[in-house]
Amino acid sequence: MTVTHSAPAAPPADGGAVILQASGVIMRFGGLTAVNSVDLTVREGEIVGLIGPNGAGKTTFFNCLTGLYKPTEGQVIFNGAVLPPKPRAVVLAGMARTFQNIRLFNNMTALENVMVGRYCRTSSMALTSIFRGPKFRREEAATRARAQELLDYVGLGRSSELLARNLPYGDQRRLEIARALATDPKVLLLDEPTAGMNPQETRQASDLIFKIRDSGIAVVVIEHDMRFIFNLCDRVLCLVRGETLVEGSPTQVQSDPRVIEAYIGTGDDDEDEGAST
Amino acid sequence: MSTVSTPTQIAPTPGYHPSRIDGLREQHGRLAWLLVLTGLVVLAAGCFLSWSYDPEILGNLSISFNPGSLQLFMLTAAVLALVYALAYRGPLRGLGVWIDSAKALMVLGIGALGFMAITLAVVAVTSSGLINIDPGGWVSLVGSLVLAVGGSLLERRPTKDTLHAQLPAWVEIGTIVVLMAMLLFGAAYALGQTDGNIFGLFLVFVVAVAWSLFAAGFFTWLGIVAQRHRRVLMLGAFAVAFLFPFTQNGSDANMSIATQVLIFAATALGLNIVVGLAGLLDLGYIAFLGAGAYTAATLSTSAFATIGWKPPFLVVVLLGAIVAATLGLIIGTPTLRVSGDYLAIVTLAFGEIFRLSMSNLDGNNGPDLTHGPNGIPAIPDLQIGSFNFGDEHTILGFSLGRFANYYFVLLVLALVIITVFSRLNNSRIGRGWVAIREDEKAAEAMGVNVFGLKLFAFASGAFLAGMAGTVKAHQDVSVTPDQYVFLESAFLLAAVVLGGMGTVAGVFIGATILKLLPEKLRFISDYRLLIFGVLLVLMMRVRPEGIIASQRRQLEFHEEDEALAERIEEVHLEEEAQT
Ligand SMILES: Nc1ncnc2c1ncn2[C@@H]1O[C@H](COP(=O)(O)OP(=O)(O)O)[C@@H](O)[C@H]1O
Ligand SMILES: [Mg+2]
Repeated sequence: MTVTHSAPAAPPADGGAVILQASGVIMRFGGLTAVNSVDLTVREGEIVGLIGPNGAGKTTFFNCLTGLYKPTEGQVIFNGAVLPPKPRAVVLAGMARTFQNIRLFNNMTALENVMVGRYCRTSSMALTSIFRGPKFRREEAATRARAQELLDYVGLGRSSELLARNLPYGDQRRLEIARALATDPKVLLLDEPTAGMNPQETRQASDLIFKIRDSGIAVVVIEHDMRFIFNLCDRVLCLVRGETLVEGSPTQVQSDPRVIEAYIGTGDDDEDEGAST
Repeated sequence: MSTVSTPTQIAPTPGYHPSRIDGLREQHGRLAWLLVLTGLVVLAAGCFLSWSYDPEILGNLSISFNPGSLQLFMLTAAVLALVYALAYRGPLRGLGVWIDSAKALMVLGIGALGFMAITLAVVAVTSSGLINIDPGGWVSLVGSLVLAVGGSLLERRPTKDTLHAQLPAWVEIGTIVVLMAMLLFGAAYALGQTDGNIFGLFLVFVVAVAWSLFAAGFFTWLGIVAQRHRRVLMLGAFAVAFLFPFTQNGSDANMSIATQVLIFAATALGLNIVVGLAGLLDLGYIAFLGAGAYTAATLSTSAFATIGWKPPFLVVVLLGAIVAATLGLIIGTPTLRVSGDYLAIVTLAFGEIFRLSMSNLDGNNGPDLTHGPNGIPAIPDLQIGSFNFGDEHTILGFSLGRFANYYFVLLVLALVIITVFSRLNNSRIGRGWVAIREDEKAAEAMGVNVFGLKLFAFASGAFLAGMAGTVKAHQDVSVTPDQYVFLESAFLLAAVVLGGMGTVAGVFIGATILKLLPEKLRFISDYRLLIFGVLLVLMMRVRPEGIIASQRRQLEFHEEDEALAERIEEVHLEEEAQT
């Protein structure tokens, strides 16, 4: 079902314009080189997969892209301009993310979480907020409406008044995606969006990611579930010990003996299973 | 599990463990209710008899069938106990479904027992000997004891959540109005007491009644009602505050205390933006109040003022606020990048630097701006148009003295601060603050301007304190550095923490407790640091979110409390359904 969904929209390798280009990104922690000159190019309307055994440096690479870490070397070019390594600048430029270990605002409702995502696209400052003129009311109403719309979009429309911490695990992951979408991104980075999900939720997640891609947002996704990633992505990058091992179409990567070896080498059970499918 | 097997084992609350007292309750359930009835009747009967041989002590408690005020308190308690008892079993069963009358009776009984014990002790001590206690006192003491025992032995029953209580709107609004009226008269009565013992006993009584209402679940309901009729509540509270000076017959003694409470509360509310909303620990906040006060003093027409320019007062208010806010920016810009404990230390040091600077800018070590340790005395009263704040004015036959005049100005100021506080809280900025408190990294990654919002909280808090300071300078007549010591910052913070971080009502309650008690109870003022310290420690132990809790803070302090989270969610849904 999802395959037929993806097939017609899958663009050729150099279809859209380049939106994100990271080149020679190196991140060192003391003696440890967690990311070692990794290049990544993302084009508009693409879904790029990032795989690799635990500790390969995938999350660290995301952190470098989004300004949470300042890369030791290398640069990130977004939409033709160099991105400064500041989270806020990155979000304003149009790149949003989710976290591997969910980081929602637990004591806020689902709706409020998404409204926080709108923060950077709204502008009511102190005096507007205190005097509550028409601008303030218009903007608040618009923020609320947009947040509700996004909750509906990810399928959480009915949970808007529930506290984030009370949501089931799968819903929390989707809420995080809604919150990221609220920043109006051009590129969405998802760090293990299906970790801990059952097969049905995983299927829903890939449908959601296709839907996001079809709405014109490029997606980069880290995942361990190989079936999920090969089914979803237009291109896959495999990182091992901080370096790019292979890059190519899902079929290429899937059949590459080095990838299989890298996964088997870690001795991690479910990853073996994933790689062998 | 089948329903027949354990009919009495229904746990009323989660996390409830059966213990020995439950065994007793099971055995003596019927007896307990009779004990309660007996206790309250005996307690009430005692109130009609003489408590003290000496008519001079604690008002006059020595005339039979003519209860003095303390005896009236206990009569009130007995009537309340009767209501609880009849709600437990009897004609008020309908009410009993909603309130935990058993627990309320226990609390009320213990409270009454404490009240009686203290009263009799005071009688015995001040008139030297137990002999001076009349039989009525003993009767009431025994009555309260029986009431307490009976209340403790009553079997606890599960109650329905008052969230779902559907009462007509007029009942809810009526309750708010009645409470407000009681607040007004209670405050007027309490402040009218010159005898510290009566004042203290009144407090014991109020605490006992309030605690029993709390145990009954009344305040949970009231909280929901207050949410529903926010306007009415605000208006009512403001009306009470506004009417208060008219109950004082032009006497300045209490108005002076009331003004101090108000200035303290207004400042604490400004601090609450920093601490309660943005989650920044500021231990030098008093410096901003001082900045405002010094600005007003140097620009006043005092002969000791060091600056020749005398702008109108509204300009001074603005200037004082701007000076304070600028100081806030200067101290905040480099330090707000550090967090938590570091920020606390830096702000603490800043507060001291401010005080030391003020006592050194005396011409010896720099420009003579503040007259050093002597400060700037003889600041004249405010004069707006032909209205001089130092004079007594008569309005509608009520005479209002000097402090009443300042009281009204401060009330307006408090209103401004409340408005700023609550509007910022419910806005994009407020959401940003919550997000920062919840998870600073995630907030940043979502594009929230973390540093900017923190700095803004710091500066706006300082701005409001600066405004309050300008009024304080005129009201206090003089400004000296030793009014702005670290201890004052600590007290402000204590008011916020005690009352409830992130709430308006809580801060007012906290400020009132911290300012009023030492004024009225001399023995507290000697040990106030000790007492407030113990109070804070206890508070952190039993109710870290403060007397009046903001929902969010409550959730933050009880991360693992699922029941609480679900309840608050229900409240959300209820509100959503109403709009
Ligand atoms: N802040 C940090 N300080 C030191 N080492 C880190 C830090 N963050 C990540 N690392 C190290 O970098 C490596 C890559 O980690 P990570 O990016 O989380 O892997 P992945 O997401 O691919 O499982 C690991 O060895 C990890 O211990
Ligand atoms: Mg990772």
